[in-house]
Amino acid sequence: MGRLKTLWHRLGSPRWFFEISARWASGLVVAGLVGIAGGLGWGLAIAPPDYLQGNSFRIMYLHVPAAILSESCYMLMGAAGAVLLIWRMKLADMVIAAAAPIGAAFCAMALLTGAIWGRPTWGTWWVWDARTTSVLVLLFLYFGVIALRQALPERTAGRACAILAIVGVVDIPIIKYSVDWWLTLHQPSTFKLTAAPSMPPEMYLPLLVSVLSFYAFFAGVLILGVGNEILLREQRTQWVDDLVRSRAS
Amino acid sequence: MFDNLDLDVCSGDVVELTGPNGSGKTTLLRCLAGLTADFDGAVRHAGAFSYVGHRGGLNLQLTPLQNLRWSAAIEGTDATTSTLSAMLDAVGLAGYELTPCQQLSAGQQRRAALARLQFRNARLWLLDEPLTALDEAGCALVRDLIERHRAAGGAAVCATHQSLRVAAARPCVLGRAA
Amino acid sequence: MSAVAFDRQPSSGRAFVAQLQRDLLIAFRSRADFVNPLMFYVMGIALFPLGVGPGPDRLALIAPGVLWALALLSTLLSLDALFRRDFDDGTLEQMALNVDPLFVGVLAKVGAHWLVTGLPLALLSPVAALMLFLPGGAVGTLVLSLLIGTPILSLLGAVGAALTVSLKRGGLLLTLIVLPLYVPILILGAGAVTAAIDGLDPSAQLTWLAAILALMLTFTPFAAALALKVGLE
Repeated sequence: MGRLKTLWHRLGSPRWFFEISARWASGLVVAGLVGIAGGLGWGLAIAPPDYLQGNSFRIMYLHVPAAILSESCYMLMGAAGAVLLIWRMKLADMVIAAAAPIGAAFCAMALLTGAIWGRPTWGTWWVWDARTTSVLVLLFLYFGVIALRQALPERTAGRACAILAIVGVVDIPIIKYSVDWWLTLHQPSTFKLTAAPSMPPEMYLPLLVSVLSFYAFFAGVLILGVGNEILLREQRTQWVDDLVRSRAS
Repeated sequence: MFDNLDLDVCSGDVVELTGPNGSGKTTLLRCLAGLTADFDGAVRHAGAFSYVGHRGGLNLQLTPLQNLRWSAAIEGTDATTSTLSAMLDAVGLAGYELTPCQQLSAGQQRRAALARLQFRNARLWLLDEPLTALDEAGCALVRDLIERHRAAGGAAVCATHQSLRVAAARPCVLGRAA
Repeated sequence: MSAVAFDRQPSSGRAFVAQLQRDLLIAFRSRADFVNPLMFYVMGIALFPLGVGPGPDRLALIAPGVLWALALLSTLLSLDALFRRDFDDGTLEQMALNVDPLFVGVLAKVGAHWLVTGLPLALLSPVAALMLFLPGGAVGTLVLSLLIGTPILSLLGAVGAALTVSLKRGGLLLTLIVLPLYVPILILGAGAVTAAIDGLDPSAQLTWLAAILALMLTFTPFAAALALKVGLE
């Protein structure tokens, strides 16, 4: 418990986070990419073709993780928002700023891969099914946060985006239920934590690897992004000045 | 914006904040009012305060009486219509209580905005440019209000370009950083 | 005139009533704020027969969605002015300084906004439904769904309006922020009307809407008040 408290305290200093994270971040990104490549290779080449969809389902190894990550990223933004508003931790502000574009990119990727999946499977480039629709709405939510952040002055932008992110987080389950309820076309979730997966292990294991690797990749990229934000925000402090000088020389 | 500012306002004090445009008079008042928390340090109040900002706080589509009635309700002051009318008379708006504020002159609007200082429900007054758009009589009115407030034990901090000409006012000059 | 020296007895109930009365008064003084969203609604609905063709079958098919989507857009139009006018003339500062807790004042403003925008819209909707040949049996559900749904639109919209209050031209950004949040309301509202057309029971959707309204009532005024304080800095 004491260890956690110290960690919490340390997180209050963006500078500390920057110095620590530099070591982890690149490693995470590389590990993530390797995992994704591995999972993809496994899924694309080795796993057997689906009896209904043939080979096109393989895009699922990109589509499903992207969709899952885009949602997790928003939840993280909401959590960071709560931390910012309650404990006024500056780092949380930077997490929100860094996470928003990453989450939006995951949404875009999920939509793109969804289109690529849809074309051979259902014959159209766009399909209004539960997952694509929720991801689309999620993308709009991300746009809102990004646009709000750009429009407001730096002093207040962080807290305003935090409020918006929290309202979004509350709304996301509502959105998902209503969209689910609105449509029945999409496949049921590929795996749930408690229920048995409806796919044979040769199919869902590479998916699991893929999802976990995506998480690692996301964590790495996020930390790098937060580091960037820290440098931007603290550009007028001494330690950043020293850092830039030492890197330049 | 400010460096090492230490301000103590006691009963009976009238502080005049002066300084060139952009020196932060409005910002300081907003910090004192608690509208801005963008500073290191603390503001401690010994009771309620009344803030009349730069823009007055009047809705132009309503009449002075309606505006005053709303102010009274949200500030937690009991006041009957006749009391409110009397307050508007006292600031020189006799006969204009029921005219929509957008039809009043700028000076009259300022008087209507200041009328709520007569609620006497706050020990500290924070006034941002109270003399804006006021003629001689209007300035005298503000001076009178502040004097009476001070005599009753109140205090005021006013940001102003021209001197309020209140006896024994404490000047506080904000300068622009070099 | 001299009351007890420097005494204040602020009461949330009184502040709520005073704020509500004031906002209703202002709304009725400026007819435009009241009439414009309604006119937009009717005109917007009329665009569809003009664009899609006057055939009753096609129009009746799209009617639930169009009637609801346009209600959303009309509400969005009227949201910008919710806090901005008060921000510009200094009254918002007064409310923020004196009404404590601030969400009481926000709730009063949202209530006034709904009474002036959402409620008339719901009551006007049968006329619009006529233009799109909505089957008579579904009109009751339409009005009911709008009566439950439009307050949610006002509440969520208030958060967006509060977040953008300090921006000079925040109207479009407001729309961008609020529209995704509106999606479930649209789905449920239009879904209820569609169910009614098909002869099914719309009470599931209507109950969901009511539950969402209850949820939003408890937390959006608070979020909006926080956003206003941030905007006033």
